[in-house]
Amino acid sequence: MSLLQGAHPQTSQPAEARAALLAWPEFNKPAVWLVAVILLIMPFIANGFFLIEIFATTLILGTVALSLMFLAGYGGMVSLMQLTVAGFAAYMVAVFGMSANTNISLGWPWWLATPMALILATVFGTLGGALAVRTEGIYTIMITLAIGAAFYYFTNQNWPIFGGHTGINTIATPRFWGIDWRSDIPFYYVTLGVAAFCYFAVQYVSRAPFGLALQGVRDNPRRMAALGFNVNAHRVAAYAFAAFIAALGGVLQVWNYRQISPGSVSVGACIDILIIAVVGGITRPIGPFIGAFIFVILRTFALDLLVKLGLDGNRFRLLIGLGFLAIVFWSSDGVIGLWERWRRGAAAVDKRAGGGHGHG
Amino acid sequence: MTRFIERHPAWALIALVAIALLLWLILAVWPPGLEETIGRKRVFLNAVFNGITLGSLYFLVASGFTLIFGLMRNVNLAHGSLYLFGGYIGYAISAWTGSWILGFIIAFFGVALVGIVLQIVVFRRMEGQDLRQTMVTIGLSIVFADLMLWAFGGDFYQIQTPSWLVGPIELPLVTAVRSSGEAVYLRYPLVRLVILVAAIVIGIAMWLALNRTRVGMMVRAGVDDRDMLAATGVPIQLVFVAVFALGAGLAGIAGVVGGTFQSLSPGEDTRFLLASLVVVIVGGMGSIPGAALGAVIIGLAEQLGSVYIPTYAIVVTFLIMVLVLALRPQGLLARR
Repeated sequence: MSLLQGAHPQTSQPAEARAALLAWPEFNKPAVWLVAVILLIMPFIANGFFLIEIFATTLILGTVALSLMFLAGYGGMVSLMQLTVAGFAAYMVAVFGMSANTNISLGWPWWLATPMALILATVFGTLGGALAVRTEGIYTIMITLAIGAAFYYFTNQNWPIFGGHTGINTIATPRFWGIDWRSDIPFYYVTLGVAAFCYFAVQYVSRAPFGLALQGVRDNPRRMAALGFNVNAHRVAAYAFAAFIAALGGVLQVWNYRQISPGSVSVGACIDILIIAVVGGITRPIGPFIGAFIFVILRTFALDLLVKLGLDGNRFRLLIGLGFLAIVFWSSDGVIGLWERWRRGAAAVDKRAGGGHGHG
Repeated sequence: MTRFIERHPAWALIALVAIALLLWLILAVWPPGLEETIGRKRVFLNAVFNGITLGSLYFLVASGFTLIFGLMRNVNLAHGSLYLFGGYIGYAISAWTGSWILGFIIAFFGVALVGIVLQIVVFRRMEGQDLRQTMVTIGLSIVFADLMLWAFGGDFYQIQTPSWLVGPIELPLVTAVRSSGEAVYLRYPLVRLVILVAAIVIGIAMWLALNRTRVGMMVRAGVDDRDMLAATGVPIQLVFVAVFALGAGLAGIAGVVGGTFQSLSPGEDTRFLLASLVVVIVGGMGSIPGAALGAVIIGLAEQLGSVYIPTYAIVVTFLIMVLVLALRPQGLLARR
């Protein structure tokens, strides 16, 4: 599996340290430390626009896409409702917390409203997952897409709780210890912390017995069932875990935009999450973040770029769609797969590189 | 049918009672007590007819979707784009030539051509890789949506109903009895009824083609075991292309129908993609009768829901889907 590929077995360290490195191979690479340091000192490099519009947005979208990556990569279940779960959490923050729509919001303080939103969204995602595991493969995509669409239309029509198509505006964000946590730099660190937590949680779970069993269920559900594993329970538990991660992303998203409306949970947005995960690569937890970064960069700058090239700036979605098509056509593992293939090609000794190429 | 009754007597009874109740509600003159509790009969009848005609539109979209899936195991998530594309072609042709029928014909062949190109250029290269095909169709739907937005803009288009179909006709269904003892009959737009009849004719023709012709036999054999069929020497790629063309063409026709009934605008593609998803999930993947049943159920649920419980109409549709998934995950009329 991929978790063994990243480790270097030749290191001449004591067995214990090597075991620790096998468990967390990313601590073994200087590039990883470099990225971590850059992310940590980002507020001193980038200005407010880049910090929030590019990096915080990337981390939030990446967190939501990470939950999809967990389900798809380790569980073999492509769920298109992860953004819906995130949106549900966002709505719950708005409903239980404080906002300008006083007839809807209950006005709870943030430290009560946020856990409530996380719990409810996790329950929502688990229930949706329990429904989705009744089917397999391609059907899962359709059912989760249908759930997402139903939620979108429901929020559009429902005024008493979800505020109809105008949504809920001016949602209060946490403010304590004398810090406004929504101001640029603290918010960046909050998103970075949450994203890092989710990333390492997924890394950890993928190597824990549960994660290994889940990968077994993905590869051969019948054999796992014969071995005494409860296949459906593992899948539902995976949905629950992914729902919690997506919910964290949703809470961050509502704090970022300070408003939530059906447009944020539309079908197109659900599909964007899939695009992000697939473009980045759905075999490693880092993939969704790479995909999110590419997506956000494209979304922000494609317009200017297209105009500069003398083309119509509104064709940004066309660019995204074509890029997505190209990635899906040439690499089954997104950008990560392309990079690994390129690296293998550069090594030029591995004959399997040619075989892998012929496959795509 | 008889086997179903033998195996599930309770469900058969429930279904029979529900159908009988619906027929009574449609045919009988409502007693005053009933009118007081749930409103006028005219409203109810209109909702039922709207639901059934909407169901016929859903059937046209979903039957192509389910046919393509049944044979090629290919979830074509660009099906909604084909629908919208057909609608735009129909609009352009009927506005240009003034002929509604010509719009249908050209939409059918135009979209079928797109389907053929898709099958040959895209799907043939990734046979058997369901997930990849799904991703590719998602990518295609994004590209198509943006291309159509580019060409037609974000405006709403409505295809002109031909003059010989404009206006309501009177149906022999009593909606109310005046105090003078004179019966009031239901008036309903003719064009919708014509579409309903056309959808039924297309459905029956498809059923006959699948079950009574040689090509239909090949298609059914392909649904059951593709490799075995190929091994017997049937030119399976040709069958695939033909089925894809037919399914896409049906989506194109549905686009013209939808453009006449309702309107065409960006976003309709996802709406109809989702409608056909729900319809085939309820009816059973790969089954034409299933698509018909699912389409009528979803159409009725949507329209009756929007009349009687307007806020939660979409939830009713969703609940039906959940119920079917919980009780019969493969869909109502699927074989397995």
